[in-house]
Amino acid sequence: MITKTIFSGFGGQGVMMMGTSLAQSAMSKGFHVTYLPAYGAEMRGGTANCTVAVSDDEIASPVASEPNYLVVMNQPALFTFQNRVTPGGSILINSSIVEASPSRQDITTFYIPCSDMAQELGNARTANIVMMGAFVRQSGIVPPEIYLKTLETIMGSRKKALADINRKAFTAGYEYVQK
Amino acid sequence: MNKILMSGNNVIGEAAIRAGCRFYAGYPITPQNELTEYMAEHMRNAEGGVFIQSESEVAAINMIAGAAAAGVRVMTSSSGPGISLKQEGISSMAAQELPGIIVNIMRGGPGLGNILPSQGDYFQATRGGGHGDYRTIVFAPGSCQELADLTMDAFDLADKYRTPAMILADGMMGQMMEPVIFKKPKPRQYPEKFMLRGAGSGKSKFIRGLLLDPVDSEAHNWKLARKYEVISENETRCEEHRIDDAKLVIVAYGTAARIAKGAIKRLRSHDMKIGLFRPITLWPFPEMRLRTLSEKVNNFLVFEMSTGQMLEDVRLALQGYADIEFHGRPGGAVPTPAELANVIARVYEQKD
Repeated sequence: MITKTIFSGFGGQGVMMMGTSLAQSAMSKGFHVTYLPAYGAEMRGGTANCTVAVSDDEIASPVASEPNYLVVMNQPALFTFQNRVTPGGSILINSSIVEASPSRQDITTFYIPCSDMAQELGNARTANIVMMGAFVRQSGIVPPEIYLKTLETIMGSRKKALADINRKAFTAGYEYVQK
Repeated sequence: MNKILMSGNNVIGEAAIRAGCRFYAGYPITPQNELTEYMAEHMRNAEGGVFIQSESEVAAINMIAGAAAAGVRVMTSSSGPGISLKQEGISSMAAQELPGIIVNIMRGGPGLGNILPSQGDYFQATRGGGHGDYRTIVFAPGSCQELADLTMDAFDLADKYRTPAMILADGMMGQMMEPVIFKKPKPRQYPEKFMLRGAGSGKSKFIRGLLLDPVDSEAHNWKLARKYEVISENETRCEEHRIDDAKLVIVAYGTAARIAKGAIKRLRSHDMKIGLFRPITLWPFPEMRLRTLSEKVNNFLVFEMSTGQMLEDVRLALQGYADIEFHGRPGGAVPTPAELANVIARVYEQKD
């Protein structure tokens, strides 16, 4: 089984970090993983996207022509990538800033107001982690505890204070899609 | 040892430092910038490590030639356009028998082309883009793990044969992150007599590439040629994947070989007997192994992200003993395994 996910949004929203944290936690769970960033003339405020493939077998191509999941952090990302999602796949949308809805009927859409939720929790920059909470629950690729542990490792010891904030943000997203 | 998730560019840098590389010079170009950046950050923590962002690619290759002459393990890196600029220096290092690693993270060409993954630099790498009768050892890794292993091996072989060696990967390999385990590098074996570190009270040493006397020059050329022959005999590497019952064998390297493996997996599930021959060294090309394969396989399909360069080596290796088809995607196009599977299936059905 191979699961491919595209994370997409503005540069600065932590889109690449969403991808690396998923790849890293899937690796520690023992999966084969690849992570491929969009590279070149990328900048803060511009567009950013990355693709993560997780599989129990060798991964041929790190490119996702038909991803199973699409995580949309801003509006342009939805228009760019929605048609690529495989039929039966899922789109997770940051509904705080994305006003449009996918035009497709053959996919499942989840609306998570992750920017607003992060703001309420006291740190707007954790919107990506709120979204990861929802994503981890919906995708079931990695158990939440493994994801959170990996996240702490990535953030490192000098950002220990962030661990609590991230955990709160993650839990908020995780529980939001449960409702 | 734990697995680490690292991008290909960073893997090369880390493997080089672990292998004892202590001099790196480079000039930025996408898609290999992260390698230069990694060396800038980590070379200073390596004992005796020197990092220089040179004023140009030409300067970088000549800096590593100088450091190699002084007996240090050296590396430079670039992408297509920058590697073109380094050719004079690579030819010069080959002439002077200086070991060093040149990394080419290929992008779409010719000219400035684009920054997407491509395999158009095969001729330049394997034929020697510089002037004169010389060869460079060329490794074509197919995963981040191989980037780590082959970078370390490249340093050993460059020293062993006193010749520049090249790592030929592409933008996808450079940018992609995969889990990697770094092996323990072998201790360096490089005699001091080849290092220019001051004669002291002993005899003067010379390292030079200018041999005006044709007698000396011809002898030097034959000496190099004999060395390349030894390398060809001993250092070819390849991978064979599911070829035992194969009726059609795909020949591909690097990223193209990964995509081919994905395509083969799909086609095998439809009962099509397809295998993969993946050269790991592009020079020396695993030509004898491929020729032997043609004793039981009659059909080959060369797949490259170029208009057909390795294709020529496959033709030379097979010498008309088998049918060869070609599929190419140049200029930065990366097909999906599904797309490639369609192409292979068409060829397979014609042959079946």
